[in-house]
Amino acid sequence: MSGPNSEYDPVQVTPLDEEHVAAMRDEALAAIAAATDLETLKQVRTEHAGDRSPLALANREIGALPPQARKDAGQRVGQARAAVNQALAARQAELEVEAEARMLVEETVDVTLPWDRTTKGARHPITMMHEKIADVFVAMGWEVAEGPIVEAEWLNFDALNLGPDHPARTMQDTFWTEPAEHHLVLRTQTSPVQARAMLTRTPPIYVVSPGRVFRTDEYDATHSPMFHQVEGLCIDRGITMAHLKGTLDHFAESMFGEGISTRFRPSYFPFTEPSAEVDLRCFVCRGLHPAVDDCRTCKGEGWIEWGGCGVVNPRVLTACGVDNERYTGFAFGMGIDRTLMFRHGVADLRDMFEGDVRFSTPFGADL
Amino acid sequence: MKAPVSWIREYADLPDGVTTEDLAHRLTALGLKLESLDRPGHDITGPLVIGRVLTLEPEPQKNGKTINWCTVDVGDANGTGEPQGIVCGAHNFAPGDLVVVVLPGGVLPGGFEISARKTYGHVSAGMICSTKELGLGDDHDGILVLPADAGQPGDDVFDLLDLREEVIEFEINPDRAYAMSLRGVARESALAYGAPFRDPALRPTPAADGNGYPVVVDDPEGCPVFVARTVTGFDPTAPTPDWMSRRLLLLGQRPISLAVDVTNYVMFELGRPIHGYDADKLTGPIRVRRAAEGEHLTTLDGNDRTLSTEDLVVTDDSGIIGLGGVMGGQDTEMSDTTTHVLIEAAHWDAVSMFRTGRRHKLTSEAGKRNERGVDPTICEAAADRVVELLAEYGGGTIEPGVTVVGQPPSQPTITIPIDLPARVTGMDIASDTTIANLEAIGCEVDAGADELTATVPPWRPDLSDPFDLVEEVARIVGYEDVPSILPPAPSGGGLTQDQSMRRRVGRTLAGEGYVEVINFPFIGDADLDRLGIEAADSRRTTLRLANPLRNEEPYMTTTLLPGLLRTVARNVSRGTSDLALFETAPVTLPHSGAGAPILPVDRPPTEGEWDDLNKALPDQPLHLAFALCGDRDRSGWWGDGRPASWSDVIETARVVADALGLELSVRQASLAPWHPGRCAELVLGETPVGHAGELHPRVCRAFGVPARTSVAELDLDALLARAVAVPRAPQLSAYPVAKEDVALIVDADLPSADLAATLREGAGPLCESVRLFDVYTGQQVGEGRKSLAFALRFRAPDRTLTEKDTAAARDAAVELAVQRHGAEQRA
Ligand SMILES: [Zn+2]
Repeated sequence: MSGPNSEYDPVQVTPLDEEHVAAMRDEALAAIAAATDLETLKQVRTEHAGDRSPLALANREIGALPPQARKDAGQRVGQARAAVNQALAARQAELEVEAEARMLVEETVDVTLPWDRTTKGARHPITMMHEKIADVFVAMGWEVAEGPIVEAEWLNFDALNLGPDHPARTMQDTFWTEPAEHHLVLRTQTSPVQARAMLTRTPPIYVVSPGRVFRTDEYDATHSPMFHQVEGLCIDRGITMAHLKGTLDHFAESMFGEGISTRFRPSYFPFTEPSAEVDLRCFVCRGLHPAVDDCRTCKGEGWIEWGGCGVVNPRVLTACGVDNERYTGFAFGMGIDRTLMFRHGVADLRDMFEGDVRFSTPFGADL
Repeated sequence: MKAPVSWIREYADLPDGVTTEDLAHRLTALGLKLESLDRPGHDITGPLVIGRVLTLEPEPQKNGKTINWCTVDVGDANGTGEPQGIVCGAHNFAPGDLVVVVLPGGVLPGGFEISARKTYGHVSAGMICSTKELGLGDDHDGILVLPADAGQPGDDVFDLLDLREEVIEFEINPDRAYAMSLRGVARESALAYGAPFRDPALRPTPAADGNGYPVVVDDPEGCPVFVARTVTGFDPTAPTPDWMSRRLLLLGQRPISLAVDVTNYVMFELGRPIHGYDADKLTGPIRVRRAAEGEHLTTLDGNDRTLSTEDLVVTDDSGIIGLGGVMGGQDTEMSDTTTHVLIEAAHWDAVSMFRTGRRHKLTSEAGKRNERGVDPTICEAAADRVVELLAEYGGGTIEPGVTVVGQPPSQPTITIPIDLPARVTGMDIASDTTIANLEAIGCEVDAGADELTATVPPWRPDLSDPFDLVEEVARIVGYEDVPSILPPAPSGGGLTQDQSMRRRVGRTLAGEGYVEVINFPFIGDADLDRLGIEAADSRRTTLRLANPLRNEEPYMTTTLLPGLLRTVARNVSRGTSDLALFETAPVTLPHSGAGAPILPVDRPPTEGEWDDLNKALPDQPLHLAFALCGDRDRSGWWGDGRPASWSDVIETARVVADALGLELSVRQASLAPWHPGRCAELVLGETPVGHAGELHPRVCRAFGVPARTSVAELDLDALLARAVAVPRAPQLSAYPVAKEDVALIVDADLPSADLAATLREGAGPLCESVRLFDVYTGQQVGEGRKSLAFALRFRAPDRTLTEKDTAAARDAAVELAVQRHGAEQRA
């Protein structure tokens, strides 16, 4: 509580009357309302609510009033200051909203500007197809087996019932290595991996083996000296061709959609007996008329040649150390590149091996 | 193998109404795969008749062409008997010629409908046809002129031109050699419909009488049966009958002369290759023996061949006259003057045939059959059929003498449990069905309650094992009846750590903007030269292919870089210049040592054999290589770009290692093909695992890749072997971090990584990280020196560090750097 002001000048007390206080308040409110930006409002704040503002000075003078006048004056000035502060806060908020809105408008950019700062990465579709196939089988509890690409002749041929004088041995045009007496070849099929699986694992054996293989084919739109195969092998008690069919039907559905099944045709592979070619129900036209007639995927057949399969030849089981009295098995194989070609409409096999980034980039990192 | 349907029907009584499509479909289901259907006239509808050209008036046209206005006698085919007026643009015929005329109302291949139409000022009522218009060939030489004796005007030409003939072409699997004959295809066709089959090889043949041409077989294993018959007085100018020429043409064989055509015809009919000799050129008895090493023979293709002791040869007193079963010799070949023919129908050992064919790179229709296995019991029938045809059409006389040396081996038997087909296929196959189906393919079956014994028919040398019989039974039951049952799920262990880590590497690199490529693993010396790899470098130790696709690329690659750089160059030449590529593939690193054994197959390898086999294989570690060129960050509206550099590939290597839970350290190195001053050796612990950096400018030029292309190559297997699949969670301290910056002046050639490691070591356990944030060279630090500025972060697990703690740790770090590297602290 301040004491009586000795320098009190009664003339200056007059501004504390109601009229003057209202005038000071109204002047402040008018200034606040007139402020159109935050900068002006800041000045208004200093002028009308700052330490040197008329209302602040008036407030300071209340103490000099006679005690009976102080209460009323204090109330008048207090209300006036509160009204000013309230108006300031409100105007501040209004102007801030306006300022932000203006800023947002000013900051508008052309969001259609191109953005290609970094190159887009991609994995090779063959790699991803290989993994997709592996995943179908891993989900069934199978394992993924692998082996070397430079392989012993015995494992690539002899152990698979392709003896040195087997006519089918010349049908697979083999890359031989030097010196010849080392008996090494570039594997012509992933079947030596199956032989390795049988020789190194104990039944039951359920393995799938995707990998690259080599044949001395000239390089053109549908042939390549290097290509990719996936083979599957199941060795267990009581395994029949029916299990082979069931497995391939499931594989077909997983890869190509519900209802896509397989068909067997008798064929010949030294590794299997009985042997069959596997056809896949065309996943585009489903073999239904009239779509099948001009289906480009199956060329009007309703079926797509997919691979080969059969019951593992007991001679192979013997060479690979599996008791062929107790166990039977099945095996199948198909081309990964070929599967990719018809599943994704790749027109030229060479696109897969030329490394043109324009080919792989659209496939991204997962098929 | 092509098979005309009319020929099939001669031996198989197929039910009426069986279409060629259905027959082909059923045979495919039995294992003779349809390759193509050739039905030349199936989209032609008549009237298509013989016409005789009566008049021909050339009429030059304004456009420079001359057309012929013809009148053609088509008999009564046009309903009036009047000559038909036809405009024809071809000039290879004259009045009096017989031609093929399609009358209005007819339809030619391609849906080309013929009607009377006005053209060149005439009404042309029909068309005179060329072979091309009839769909019979691509002959552009004009219209088809028929032989003068082809028939009468108005006669239908469908049969004359074989337009009703349909030919099925099959893909024959190597086990079904019997189907490389009409006899075999017809047998299967009859089987497909359960129809009667007439075996063309079943014919009465005269018995051997000792009066035939003398034959001695010294090697009865190589040649178990040799039948010889002779025809004299043969007219070498006698033409091949039309029906035989037409059939040979349908089979894709060009008719040559009656004698040759007959032997070919009978081979296709019965599947038994036949050889004919000019008997007047033979001297003395025929012998069959193995060749002596180094003997020679000029085969009838004109090639001089050096023979080996495995080759079976036919000789007479003059020496070797043929490679038995594979190809005859030039000297005794039948010619256009041959009047005395000796026919050989011999059974040859299939393995010898295969080896000889392969050794001399000889493939022939005869060889294909002999090496796959022919019915040994039909030599006499085949020879008899040949001499019959020669006599009938060549006017010769069949000499009465018949030579038969040896006899066909007895047929093997196979015993199987009677339920084996059902057990192996999972199909419901009754014992009766098994027996009936085996009998249907020609087996003699002796069935008990549990077992059956099948005697294999002589035309099926492919049947040797129990499972062979299973396949025979199953294919007749039909593979479409195999049920679809998933086997019980095994308890697999999922992907191995390596397998999942490899996926992680690929995804990481794709995330870093790299595109995966797959290259062939073949390289040549030029590639290694271009890389600047020295002679002593282990990457020059390559595995060589005996039969490379390209002679310039005979090796299996030891480094992924040549393939990768070629791919970079290819992309650049196709207009993509900012590139980030990677490849993951094995390389082949041969080592000295023994080769791989060829092991027996009647038992698994012993442990020792298995080890020997695996030791003989070259090392084939999985490598990872990547390349960068152009801009790593492109320039654009956002500002300048940043060219890819040596540091980006090193960073990528570290990112890959990080994805595997590993930290790579980097050492300054110098190795081809890298820039000697910009090559980093990547080290895991103390083990070098690869190199990264900028390519030597010479290498860039040699491969045609952009200057400053940067590459890395790592032994991915080495990384995978140490990958941390299960990262440990770090212990986080919640106490505040303290930061200290240190700038040190060191010799310019001190690798920053060494200094960073020293600081880290010197700073002790409180140091959380050391990060280089500035490199400065210039006058202020002096010639041959550089200033490296590091940000050090300190934190304790259990308390807030005092300024004293931090200062002491920093000083210790600096002190070690001073001691070890002569570093000076920069003010
Ligand atoms: Zn389709």
